[in-house]
Amino acid sequence: MAAANLFDKVWDAHTVAELATGETQLFIGLHLIHEVTSPQAFQMLAERDLPVAYPALTVATVDHIVPTDSRQRPLADEMAEQMLAELERNTAAHGIRFHGLDSDYQGIVHVIGPELGLTQPGMTIACGDSHTSTHGAFGTIAFGIGTSQVRDVLATQTLAATKPKVRRITVSGPLGRGVYAKDIILSIIATLGVKGGIGYAYEYAGDTIAALDMEGRMSICNMSIEGGARVGYVNPDQTTVDYLQGRPHAPTGAAWDEAAERWLGYASDSDASFDDEVALSAADIEPVVTWGINPGQSLAVGDRLPRLRGVAEEERDTASAAYRHMRLQENDPIAGTAIDVAFIGSCTNSRIGDLREAARVARGNRVARGVRALVVPGSKEVTAQAQDEGLDAVFRDAGFEWREPGCSMCLAMNPDKLEGAQVSASSSNRNFIGRQGSPTGRTLLMSPAMVAAAAINGAVADVRDMLPAEAG
Amino acid sequence: MMAGSERRRLSGRGLPLPGNDIDTDRITPARFLKSVTFDGLGDAVFVDERAASAERGETHPFDDARFQGAEVLVVGKNFGCGSSREHAPQALLRAGVRAIVGESFAEIFAGNCTALGIPTVRASATAIEQLQRQIGEEPTTLLEVDLDEMVVRAGRDADGSLVADAQLEVTMPDGQRRALMSGAWDSTGVLLANREAVAEVARRLPYVEGDQ
Ligand code: SF4
Repeated sequence: MAAANLFDKVWDAHTVAELATGETQLFIGLHLIHEVTSPQAFQMLAERDLPVAYPALTVATVDHIVPTDSRQRPLADEMAEQMLAELERNTAAHGIRFHGLDSDYQGIVHVIGPELGLTQPGMTIACGDSHTSTHGAFGTIAFGIGTSQVRDVLATQTLAATKPKVRRITVSGPLGRGVYAKDIILSIIATLGVKGGIGYAYEYAGDTIAALDMEGRMSICNMSIEGGARVGYVNPDQTTVDYLQGRPHAPTGAAWDEAAERWLGYASDSDASFDDEVALSAADIEPVVTWGINPGQSLAVGDRLPRLRGVAEEERDTASAAYRHMRLQENDPIAGTAIDVAFIGSCTNSRIGDLREAARVARGNRVARGVRALVVPGSKEVTAQAQDEGLDAVFRDAGFEWREPGCSMCLAMNPDKLEGAQVSASSSNRNFIGRQGSPTGRTLLMSPAMVAAAAINGAVADVRDMLPAEAG
Repeated sequence: MMAGSERRRLSGRGLPLPGNDIDTDRITPARFLKSVTFDGLGDAVFVDERAASAERGETHPFDDARFQGAEVLVVGKNFGCGSSREHAPQALLRAGVRAIVGESFAEIFAGNCTALGIPTVRASATAIEQLQRQIGEEPTTLLEVDLDEMVVRAGRDADGSLVADAQLEVTMPDGQRRALMSGAWDSTGVLLANREAVAEVARRLPYVEGDQ
């Protein structure tokens, strides 16, 4: 058989038909739904009197609208309550598994899929949410879809898709101290641009990626979409297999051995070809902070903000708009930029490893006066694990608020929001204007450890100056 | 599939919206995503920017009386970047937008537009600039987006037919074009027709268990 990359292998295995439009009808092995993008899709099914074709292949949770302080039903926000009730009604009516507020597995959809072992190598995964690319960390083709496509997946378990090209991004060498997966992906986006990935699936390869744990790989795949790529994936390896062993939906017994072997076989063949190749050296990657209004506008924490005349001409308008919105000055150092809010959470960085790293920085320190700092675990599982390890106490003692799982301040659909022109140091994935709930609010994206450092200093700070000495 | 769902040629007055990288959160601020239907989303289009313009004493194109009833949006580069949620195109649809001409579009956004039967066609930066200027100077300009010939014509309305005085070449991904022209953009029906082949793939996939 000719050498193939993972993308081709998985795509081919799930191809149902070539459509007259030139698109491929692709079978979706796992469909994840949440309260925001599913109700209209169910409404469209009802309008056409169609059943859900494969209810066992859809799993639901509630994340975007959940308050992270009190989860008392009915929810204080009437609209949120209505969305939750609608999802409960739809999942019950169609026999779809639902991890609601009272489930031990409730959480952000892209956190719980892997945690439950629902996400497995070689699958196709779709969800009405652009950060579905997260699941690519397991060697899946996973991508976000619009509501009409949610309807199509519910009605047929397939959708019409155009096959993208595949770009391999190879990252090599050891990561420096205080440099995390988040810094890798922000650097990739800065290098290739926020539109660089349009039309591509990204394969993240190289020894730097191979050395990452599954959580780091998820952070990277998560933000593929911020680089314009709907799909990002990492080839499955022993790290992937080890992560999945013993998870609630992972196979057991003889089926486990068979599955593990099959999973490894999906990895791109060593002589597979790619439509494009890019290489980065991990040695060049430092802790990164975004300064603008898209995730490509970033710099190393020790650097100065770009001069407009040095910015590429086609980026200059966006850069001026960013300066106007962010109220920052050209050539100022980014370190020292005062913050009002620190947010550790989101499907990019709310997993246990993220909290451990942030806690290392927070331990024994105090959140700066006037800064509101939130830690929002990605799921009930993460919450339980963190509490077992005493991380909640570390954060509380340092003056952080310890919250219930949900999307929280990643986007303005629940009570956690920026106010006015507040500046937020955020471990989430988007710094778009208005994203965190205030039209004038300002977002600086960075790793969770960097957010903790900013919380304590009251300003953007280099986490490397704050990590305990033994840190590697 | 819906009858008469072919989208070959759409015409209407234009609405010039300058600026690049206009993301979905600007088109429909996130707080409007909190709803269980798309009804009423039309009023949410650019609502924050419109308010901000008004505060500055300016008029946002969507509030400009000269462009009321316009159906063809004319935009810059990378329009619709950001969220995969369909609220932004749904809101534009409900605000009366039937077609969008731009320098370039975010991929998911363009796909979501196609799924609603809204063509998103691309033209060069100079052509867009010129078109925006023309509409700004003469808001009654009639635009015709012709997917058959892949051109956009601009001209005046002579009793319902267009007398074009400008014509620009446009492009769009072939799959989207064919989907719009054949009516296959309304995809559920097309996909349902292959029920048997779908079941066959499900049986073949090692991880899909038992009878579904
Ligand atoms: S955490 Fe943010 S990006 Fe992730 S699913 Fe929730 S809202 Fe979307």
